[in-house]
Amino acid sequence: MSLAFDNLVLRHEGFRLTANFVLEPNRKYAILGPSGCGKSTLLSAIAGFMDIDQGRILFDGQDITKTPPAQRPISLLFQDHNLFPHMSVLNNVAIGRKPDLKLDKADIDAIKQALDRVGLANQVDKFPSELSGGQQQRVAIARALLRDKPLMLLDEPFAALGPALKHEMLDIVAQIVDANNTCLILVTHDPEDALYISDETIFIADGIAGSPVNTKSLFGNPPNALQNYLGTKKAG
Amino acid sequence: MAERTQPVTALTALAGWGAIALLLTVSLGSLLAVWINTDISAGFDPADFRIIRFTVTQAFFSALISVVLSVPVARALARHDFKGRQFFITFLGASFILPVIVAVFGILAIWGRSGLFSSILTTTGQQPLNIYGMTGIILAHVFFNLPLATRLVLQGWLSVPTEHFRLCAQLGMTAKDVIKHIERPILHATLPSAFLTIFLLCITSFAVALTLGGGPRATTVELAIYQALRFDFDLPKAALFATFQFMLCTGIALIALPLTKPTTFSIGLDRPAKRWDRVSKFQKYRDLCLLILTGLFLFLPLSAIMLKGIQHLSKLPASVITASINSIIISLTSATICIGLALIISSLIVRLTQRNPRIAHLIEGISFLSLVASPFVIGTGLFIMIFPFVSPFKLALPITALVNAVMALPFAIRIILPAMQRAETNYGRLADNLGMSQWARFQLAIWPRLKPSAGFAMGLAAALSMGDLGVIALFAAPDSATLPLTMYRLMASYQTDAASAVALMLITISLGLFWIFDQGGRIESRIR
Repeated sequence: MSLAFDNLVLRHEGFRLTANFVLEPNRKYAILGPSGCGKSTLLSAIAGFMDIDQGRILFDGQDITKTPPAQRPISLLFQDHNLFPHMSVLNNVAIGRKPDLKLDKADIDAIKQALDRVGLANQVDKFPSELSGGQQQRVAIARALLRDKPLMLLDEPFAALGPALKHEMLDIVAQIVDANNTCLILVTHDPEDALYISDETIFIADGIAGSPVNTKSLFGNPPNALQNYLGTKKAG
Repeated sequence: MAERTQPVTALTALAGWGAIALLLTVSLGSLLAVWINTDISAGFDPADFRIIRFTVTQAFFSALISVVLSVPVARALARHDFKGRQFFITFLGASFILPVIVAVFGILAIWGRSGLFSSILTTTGQQPLNIYGMTGIILAHVFFNLPLATRLVLQGWLSVPTEHFRLCAQLGMTAKDVIKHIERPILHATLPSAFLTIFLLCITSFAVALTLGGGPRATTVELAIYQALRFDFDLPKAALFATFQFMLCTGIALIALPLTKPTTFSIGLDRPAKRWDRVSKFQKYRDLCLLILTGLFLFLPLSAIMLKGIQHLSKLPASVITASINSIIISLTSATICIGLALIISSLIVRLTQRNPRIAHLIEGISFLSLVASPFVIGTGLFIMIFPFVSPFKLALPITALVNAVMALPFAIRIILPAMQRAETNYGRLADNLGMSQWARFQLAIWPRLKPSAGFAMGLAAALSMGDLGVIALFAAPDSATLPLTMYRLMASYQTDAASAVALMLITISLGLFWIFDQGGRIESRIR
């Protein structure tokens, strides 16, 4: 279950991003870079929300460049608006399994199990507005869990949460990803997140998404561009 | 929370409450003045009930047809991005500031006895159309309100976050699922308030009923008030009808207000959100046909006016010069009063929202009173009030300007208040923190954020007043006619050619005034 970018070129409103590398299964990746560098654009491309004018995206050797979003092996979490405000927690998770919400007993059991795993077993009938920001994202995680796709993409979904809560969420994600043999791709602007959860990091600078590098060794010996981003480079 | 560094100056507060007092005097005081001067022995007779039934029926069907048709049109606009889409949406907005009498004239040119369709019918040996009465009134109301409803629904559609459409695509939802999870909730949120708003506007509509209705079988309450005052000088009847209309509309407004979300009438509705649920060829052609038909329905009457107007420009009567000057003066005065009141009342509401939200809501409600009041009763009441001091006929123009300002106020506040609230939440604290004085605060921190909305609102108020055929019809002396009144008199005396030339002039000045103010508000406001 590998994801390959074959000479991918993305263009979007005047900026350009290239990527040419392979992501291995069962690993946790972070995509790191300053805001506006194209992190989310790369994620949109993987999820199928962007037209790609050059290069290919391959999943297990199969070209998915033109595959519609629904048929890609992906679960995606946004920073915001992951839930429909007019649906209960149960239904918000349920649309991950039955988009028409015609649920039978087995569906409901599976949904409740997923909610239980993210610690929301007793919030089933609440509405998103009654939940905290962290709880809302947990509902979205439960949905991803239920869908059980080989790739899980997170677009800064915990950026608005405090450090302790953020770690708690990352722990839940790591647990699920490890248990289900899922490949995780986390987009973040915070090096802390990358260090906390990822095995390898893809650093984006100057329109190039670099090949994944072991996160610890990357931060242990950061290249120039990363030093600039981190602000650790000494003057002179 | 810390105390505000700047105490609210007594002067601005005084101005705010003064404006509210003026508003109450004009809308409720005038009704009271009419009541006091009548004996209340009179009641409704059977003919009056027929008028009430007709009013409610036509308003109901006008609103129903507008709203039902607006759903597929809005969906087509939300679903497709095509060349001219922005123009189409702007065009939908333009119908709101079109002078009613001009639109009616255009509608008659297409649907009337000697209109386009009738001439096609008569060449094939059939009877010409006759739209006077219920049909014509509903047709004209749909002409005005289908665009309004479409914009309201479209706004709901475009407020859906992109993430939700992506989510639907991700989860592999079918078109049916998207309808269920996204489109139905949108319609749920927008349709009831759109229906009630249009129902309200159609209940109080006057110029349409005056030109396309009339007679015992097609009279609306507002028209009955006009006739009672103008021809019978029957104050009790006018007051009775006005009170009835007031209560009916207040009832509707009380249901509608909590349902209504702040509306942006602004021109630039965004590009459609990119969607991934497939649109079939059939749907594509169906939407295209729908948009073309809607476009023709709205555009044909207007182009008929243009063509006829240019053709008969030489038949402009000499009286239009005075009438134009009168109209422009009234329009500018009324727009100035309206925006002044809107700014003063909005800042009062904004300030009270922090301290006393209930009173703030109440004041917002009061500012909408003119939506439910009859401009004729306001006019008559004002006449009665000033009669002891000065001959009211001398004041026909100032009174018209004031009434027009008050009638446009709800729209102006709907536009200005949200912008002011945004500016206040985003920059108000910063300004307080910097210790700006009251005036500097408004001038430097708030006004630059407000200017585009204020310009837009002022253009709207000016155009509405320019095209208004209301109070002036009641009180105008022969030499103090306005442009819409001149046009109505020409139409009533079957001088259609001259009327078409006046129509062209009226529409040009109305849209011109709107354009000048709207553009004026945008100067130097390109900063994001």
